[in-house]
Amino acid sequence: MLDDQFEFLLRLGDNALVLSQRLCEWVGKGPALEEDMALANTALDLLGQARLWLTLAGEVEGAGRGEDRLAHGRDAHEFRNLLIVERPNGSYADTLVRQYLFDEWHHRVLDALKRSSDGRVAAIAEKAAKEVAYHLRRSADLVVRLGDGSAESARRMQAALDELWMYTGEMFAADGVDEVMEAHGVCASVASLREEWLADVGATLAEARLAMPAPDAWMQKGGKQGRHTEHMGYLLAEMQFLQRAYPGQQW
Amino acid sequence: MSKEWPLWEVFIRSQHGLAHKHVGSLHAPDAEMAINNARDVYTRRNEGVGIWVVRAADVASSSPGDKGPLFEPSQSKVYRHPTFFPMPEEVKNL
Repeated sequence: MLDDQFEFLLRLGDNALVLSQRLCEWVGKGPALEEDMALANTALDLLGQARLWLTLAGEVEGAGRGEDRLAHGRDAHEFRNLLIVERPNGSYADTLVRQYLFDEWHHRVLDALKRSSDGRVAAIAEKAAKEVAYHLRRSADLVVRLGDGSAESARRMQAALDELWMYTGEMFAADGVDEVMEAHGVCASVASLREEWLADVGATLAEARLAMPAPDAWMQKGGKQGRHTEHMGYLLAEMQFLQRAYPGQQW
Repeated sequence: MSKEWPLWEVFIRSQHGLAHKHVGSLHAPDAEMAINNARDVYTRRNEGVGIWVVRAADVASSSPGDKGPLFEPSQSKVYRHPTFFPMPEEVKNL
């Protein structure tokens, strides 16, 4: 049970940490100052959430690893994030579609975790859910604007959606860890979130005049179990550089 | 259509009971995005409980050249200032 709980918390923390790192890559390069700051704000929210999840994971593990050791001292195969969050930023369309598909899932997960049998998990979810509600409001709004925008923006959004769709299946694919957590009332069944997610994503895409890919399309998986894409090593190399070069260095 | 987004003036109410105060401006294609952008640009440090945005083009302004006729006549009318009343300590934000 403790091992499963540790894994479960790493998944939550790593999703937030890795997506935060990706969004930070946009700093100073956003298409407008306002967008630049909005992405940086989202990245900071996610980094704050990652700290809370990883600190709790370290406590549960009981091996003396704190948030920093977990963030900067693990190699790619020890990360438990979904593959979608490590996807490269691509164009702004790719970044926004990734964000939207993730936000629609993330806010549902956190909403369910507010009722977790574990009070520490519920408390973090309560705080994070407010931030993610805004992330979703913003990313959904932009998906509609750019999907139903110019011919060029619509083409890019559709291409991003078709490319990223195969990384959404993993969100709802339960494994042994999820089943143990569900049995202990720590989280809701991950599969149960799928129908609502599909309905809401479908509604947003319809409003954006984008074609929704088939829900039963072939899906990638493996991130939750530590099997990552070729991009993960590069992302970690940049994120972890300082702690790798100067271990234990403090701010 | 111009490629530049129009400019919006941003007003933030910092707490209930106080008026909205001008804090700056930003670019956005419409009011909804202007409010989202204002939230991201101007309320990062817990500044606000409410946001107004107004298109900068819709703000009517007095001309700096009219400063004399507009404001000088009031300078010599000290009796318009309510400074002759003692103010109770308990009255805030007046």
